Amino acid sequence: MPATTYAKAGPLGARSDPDMNLAVKDIRHNLGRFMLTCVGLSLLLAIVLAMVGIYRGLIEEALGLARSAQADVWVVEGRTRGPFAEASRLPADSREAIAAQWGVAVAGSVSYQNLEVDHRGQIKRVLVVGAEIGRLGEAPAIVEGRAILRSRYEAVADRRTGFALGEQVRLGRDTFSVVGLTENLVGSGGDPVIFITLRDAQRLQFLLTPAAARREIARTPEAAQSSDTVNAVLVRLLPGVEPKQFADSIARWKHLSALTDEEQETVLSRSVVERARRQIGLFTSLLLVVSTVIVALIIYTMTLDKKKSIATLKLIGAPDTRIVGLILQQALAMGIISFVVGMILIHLAQGYFPRRLVLETWDALALSAIVLLVSLLASAWGVRTALKIDPAAALAG
Amino acid sequence: MSATPVVEVRHISKHFGDGPTRVDALRDVTLDVYPGTVVGLRGPSGSGKSTLLNVIGCIQEPNSGQLTLNGERVYDGAWLRRDLRRLRLEKIGFIFQSHNLLPFLNAWENVAIAHILAGTAAAVAKQRAEELLAYLQVEHRKEAMPSQLSGGEAQRIAIARALANDPRIVLADEPTAALDSQRAGTVIDLLRKVAAERQAAVIVVTHDNKIMDRFDHIYSLRDGALEASYANAA
Repeated sequence: MPATTYAKAGPLGARSDPDMNLAVKDIRHNLGRFMLTCVGLSLLLAIVLAMVGIYRGLIEEALGLARSAQADVWVVEGRTRGPFAEASRLPADSREAIAAQWGVAVAGSVSYQNLEVDHRGQIKRVLVVGAEIGRLGEAPAIVEGRAILRSRYEAVADRRTGFALGEQVRLGRDTFSVVGLTENLVGSGGDPVIFITLRDAQRLQFLLTPAAARREIARTPEAAQSSDTVNAVLVRLLPGVEPKQFADSIARWKHLSALTDEEQETVLSRSVVERARRQIGLFTSLLLVVSTVIVALIIYTMTLDKKKSIATLKLIGAPDTRIVGLILQQALAMGIISFVVGMILIHLAQGYFPRRLVLETWDALALSAIVLLVSLLASAWGVRTALKIDPAAALAG
Repeated sequence: MSATPVVEVRHISKHFGDGPTRVDALRDVTLDVYPGTVVGLRGPSGSGKSTLLNVIGCIQEPNSGQLTLNGERVYDGAWLRRDLRRLRLEKIGFIFQSHNLLPFLNAWENVAIAHILAGTAAAVAKQRAEELLAYLQVEHRKEAMPSQLSGGEAQRIAIARALANDPRIVLADEPTAALDSQRAGTVIDLLRKVAAERQAAVIVVTHDNKIMDRFDHIYSLRDGALEASYANAA
């Protein structure tokens, strides 16, 4: 044996920050498996983000049309919460009666009707909004073209309908010219919106085919004439007028109900999308549980794979904090990497979803906190296993 | 031979289970190991060799007796120190049958980890690890991962790790079991060198009759009791 000399180690106890990160070293050693797990987990987290985004999108879409109307009060048929949550029909002259009330700045009648339109050989479902020119309820924020100026056969369509400016579109028995385009304006069901004049909308809603009209006139001559109805009257109040007070005063007219804008939004977000909200909430919770189980299983398996190494570390004197740190850091790394990859994936895929996906920073922050919590929870099993490993196991052949 | 033993085992007994299932793994074992010597523990399977090694290594608690390591009484009917891992880190080096190098660390990191666990800064730990690898003539393999090392190289690196914190006691559990007779002899010679140069007490559990003549002292165990004790001629 050559006489190589060795300088003995100095005294123990001179502590400094140890910076050999065992978690990182172990991840590097099993990089392929670790990253593959992260990719799998990131897909799950991307779906969680998509679910949250779809929910936010649902709310945004459900409220979009109501918000764009910029009404303080919605006057609807008595004892209903229309026009979105329930059917509501009012005589068209209600608008004049309401506009004459003290405190009203402007009022406008509107109608809403779902329709299937044949567009270039494709059947498309749209929400047709009938509104009076220059009054509350007409198309807001036109991004291309102009507002409806002529009383007949002009339409403003949302871009999601696929209609182009200047295109002729057949709605019912009439042909309309698209004069303006809006963006991201859909009904609570996700159908893109087409604005036409109230008169056209009433005709579209109530005009019967000639044969049906002849039969109806023969049956009940009076009923066939009564097509002058609207679904709601939108009211904007003068500054200082309390919407709730005004709504209560309108509700005293037995045949009318009134909802403030706030109440309408509550109805839309709670009633109209409630089932979707619960469904998405349930799926999101299930996916988070699945993610937790996956992280727990992977961390547990990784811990079992390291059983001998952990026993050796304990035997040569590694404290429990270092063993626990190794497992916790790996679980957190898995959670953080998966979350970041999931975020990137969902941002890349955002435009391909059939319904609007709204990704909010706060949702991402909340989910990142949940992912960190899930990672910590999931590592508990692995930590428990690691702490129970007997150092003597290192000596077993 | 120094007058003060580094390892003093006094009347140590250890049993597993109670009643009809009781197994006496160690029965009133007393032995001393002096600095600078390499001691062999031999005996058939189930004779208590590994249990004795575990007790001396403060891994398993005996049921009675006294244990003194490097002049410090650590067991007297009960452990006298709570931080046994720290005790192991400071006083004892372990060498295993299958080297037990951490597969995710390379050769120098496997040695440096023992320094780092003792609180040494990583840069200093690396320097000391490289010195040890040079001492054991495997410095050229310092960047190799355990899976890239031969059995002999891996065992040398395991020995380097055991020596990292300059322990006065080195416990080796069948360190030559996975090696051929030539490499086995080299490893024992290396342990003799370590014992001599560092004044460490080296205790080796072995079945290997071919290396018995290389120990300074041999203790033979049977059914948990010390059957024979004899010194090899120098």
